Amino acid sequence: MSKVHVTTTVNGDQAEFLCEPRETLLDCLRDKLHLTGSKEGCGTGDCGACSVTVDDRLVCSCLMLGVEAEGKEIKTIEGMADGENLRPLQAKFIEHAALQCGVCTPGILVASEALLKKNPDPTEEELRYWLAGNLCRCTGYDKIIRAVMDAAAEMRETS
Amino acid sequence: MALDNKNNEFKVIGSTPNRPDGLDKVTGRARFGADISVPGMLHGAVVRSPHAHAKIVKIDASKALAMKGVKAVITRADFPEGLEGEDWNLQENAMAGEKALYDGHAVAAVAATSPLAARDAAKLIEVEYEVLLHVTDVDEAMKDGAPAIREGAADYSVPEGLHPNVVRFFDTGMGDLDKGFAEADLVVERSYTTEAAHQGYIEPHACLGQMGADGRGELWCCTQGHWFIRRMSTAVLGVETTNIRVTPSEIGGGFGGKTTITIEPLSLALSRKAGGAPVKMVMNRGEVLRATGPTSSASMDIKMGMTKDGKITAAHGTFRMQGGAFPGAPVDVTTMLAFANYTIENVHHIGYDVITNRPKQAAYRAPGAPMAAFAVESTVDEMCRTLGLDPIETRLKNASRDGTRSTFGPKFGPVGLVESLEAARDHANYKMPLGPNQGRGVASGYWMNWGGETSASVAMSEDGTVTVSVGTPDIGGSRASMALMAAEAFGIAYENVRVNISDTGALGVNEPTHGSRATYASGLATIKAAEECITKMCKRAADKWGIDADAVIWEDGSAKPSGPNAGEFDPLSIGEICAEMGETGGPISGHYEGSPTGFSGSFGTHVVDVEIDPETGHTTVLRYLVVQDAGKAIHPAYVEGQFQGGAAQGIGWALNEEYIYGEDGRLQNPVFLDYRIPVASDLPMIDTVIVEVPNPGHPYGVRGVGETGITPPLPALANAIADATGLRMRGLPMTPPKILAALKAQKNG
Repeated sequence: MSKVHVTTTVNGDQAEFLCEPRETLLDCLRDKLHLTGSKEGCGTGDCGACSVTVDDRLVCSCLMLGVEAEGKEIKTIEGMADGENLRPLQAKFIEHAALQCGVCTPGILVASEALLKKNPDPTEEELRYWLAGNLCRCTGYDKIIRAVMDAAAEMRETS
Repeated sequence: MALDNKNNEFKVIGSTPNRPDGLDKVTGRARFGADISVPGMLHGAVVRSPHAHAKIVKIDASKALAMKGVKAVITRADFPEGLEGEDWNLQENAMAGEKALYDGHAVAAVAATSPLAARDAAKLIEVEYEVLLHVTDVDEAMKDGAPAIREGAADYSVPEGLHPNVVRFFDTGMGDLDKGFAEADLVVERSYTTEAAHQGYIEPHACLGQMGADGRGELWCCTQGHWFIRRMSTAVLGVETTNIRVTPSEIGGGFGGKTTITIEPLSLALSRKAGGAPVKMVMNRGEVLRATGPTSSASMDIKMGMTKDGKITAAHGTFRMQGGAFPGAPVDVTTMLAFANYTIENVHHIGYDVITNRPKQAAYRAPGAPMAAFAVESTVDEMCRTLGLDPIETRLKNASRDGTRSTFGPKFGPVGLVESLEAARDHANYKMPLGPNQGRGVASGYWMNWGGETSASVAMSEDGTVTVSVGTPDIGGSRASMALMAAEAFGIAYENVRVNISDTGALGVNEPTHGSRATYASGLATIKAAEECITKMCKRAADKWGIDADAVIWEDGSAKPSGPNAGEFDPLSIGEICAEMGETGGPISGHYEGSPTGFSGSFGTHVVDVEIDPETGHTTVLRYLVVQDAGKAIHPAYVEGQFQGGAAQGIGWALNEEYIYGEDGRLQNPVFLDYRIPVASDLPMIDTVIVEVPNPGHPYGVRGVGETGITPPLPALANAIADATGLRMRGLPMTPPKILAALKAQKNG
């Protein structure tokens, strides 16, 4: 099957890859650009482990085709920290023990960052519904919710 | 073993430092099973049976093999014959032989140059089936006329006259049941069912296998126990165990489901057939749900007797469990732990392990315990309600404690059931006022924990920092716990310890991270290996000072002269001793190997408040409390995490999760949308209380804490629903449609 040449921006850098039209953005990120921070937990948009932003919109990269990334601006977990400085969300996840196995963590961080951009002061209920598309099987969500609320508070103070 | 630190204040144990792998896991750098690639790698895909039970008449791979990029196809013909027992079961489950035994059973596999090519090729492999009658329900599978899945699968324990699908039988007890029931003022007899639930780890199984024509090679995979994977994979392939070196990746959850093999031997067999090229295999979610795990489903009858002041006089339980198409449903554990919360003089358990046309069950967090807890703790709650007794006071009256004989035989040592019940009773959640349609449920649970084969090493570095090598993969922060225990033993900072999970080539056999054993057993091993290093460092100091090694003590990370020599020499710090070790005798390391038996079980008590929507039958969990005995919490935040995670899984099992099979024997819900695990908006904060009744069998008092927490939620939710509505739900999951139907039936009298 002939492949399509895709030019896109990933975490601020220009990126190019060749893919079949049926390949997902997640597969392209992982297999062609070797950005394996985004995970496939389901492949059906139910678990959110593959969450990325495309032109600042939160999407499941397993539900988007690689060819659709043409000309878009993609952000993944690998682009979240500023060099060696973690974002408050990342630091708070470690501090609050908000991860056990850590495989859902990249998606939850990307999804939480997207929420806090839109709503810097979410209620616990708003946060729980926003993250309802990101499955975690280890933590029961308690420490994740606390970490995001704490990070949000810190970000409000410093902004 | 003496409790070394019984009277000591801990310096670092009980603190909550950042986990060493935290940075990798919040930046996307951590490498999980599917994240590993190597040059020249091929990709594998599996052909799976669409039938629940079918004879495999013919497999034609010619079209697939003719496809560009396809390098190898394997079927059962590529595996050795003549295996027996569990090795045969593992082989048969990894790749079907004469028959496909469940929907999703592997029948062939292919390796090609890209994941897409492998998937396309798998679709071109033509399998001709002769469909057979199937059975997926445990009660149906035991009935006369049910299709026999495999004649001769039963072992010696099964009495004559039972259906050939009954493959193991358990019958244990003590006392005089008739006498016990005669002493009761209330005797209740009830039946219960639970459906199979999947472990639901977010990371699907993934591996990368490489094996040459000489039968040697390597395997990288996400697993709870790489020595188990090595033994099982090599047994299935008919090669010597040490032929394969297995390296574990980071693991994205396991909960028992990653203690066994699935695609791992297929990747090795494909690699061998493809001339030794490494073959990567990654399951999709549908494959995970159809062909791995889940836990058993159960059908149970409970009869219990109680006096009017709440003393349990007798108990009888019958447990029928299916674990898929192979023996192994954890009914031995179910019968063992069913009544473990209570001191009961007259008790009897009957257990049936039944095979059905479902995937081979795998361990799932406290395997076997939650089903029985649902039945027994629901029955106890019903009796308390009938007799007007408080559920916690009644449990306290009958509670297992230090010195009482357990319902499975041995006497308990120090355990924390009484303490957990008292802490639950005294917690604010137990006193919160309840509104209309709201109810409160209480239940307790137990897991006996485990020690198991353990091998660990500790090596000193030139600057006095420490490397700990253990063989139990870190699923929930155990590297932080090991580092804390090593730091405590050496009297150094947590940051000066690095913990590695070693591959099978670096240590002796380690059992998996299972049975709530890692913090207990690998922790004990770490402490013992550290103590060996300390002894050696004291010797180096003694030699330097020219005194007996016995006259040197280790304190706060330094060797110090003691006794008559006290104060004679300046202490030598760990850094000073290690800086010179090349000249004073060479490298310093310590090692531990053994199967520690000083593990001790963990009891817990949960209190849940729910609200039932009378319009929809939906259950809202309003608040949730977990109280559990940790012995000694090494890293309390990750202990809380185990409590909360176990509770969330139990809530899912109680309210939502189930394997749904159609009339055709196919799994109807093999996606996360339909196999619905709890999401963030389903749950409240999960309150925790860590009870600490030290385990005398661990130097720092540790008990495993991982598994107990999934056991109480099933009955606690049922008891809360009964409190809110007066409805006693005896089948899981308690979904909105089931509760709504029960509410309607109740209304119509």
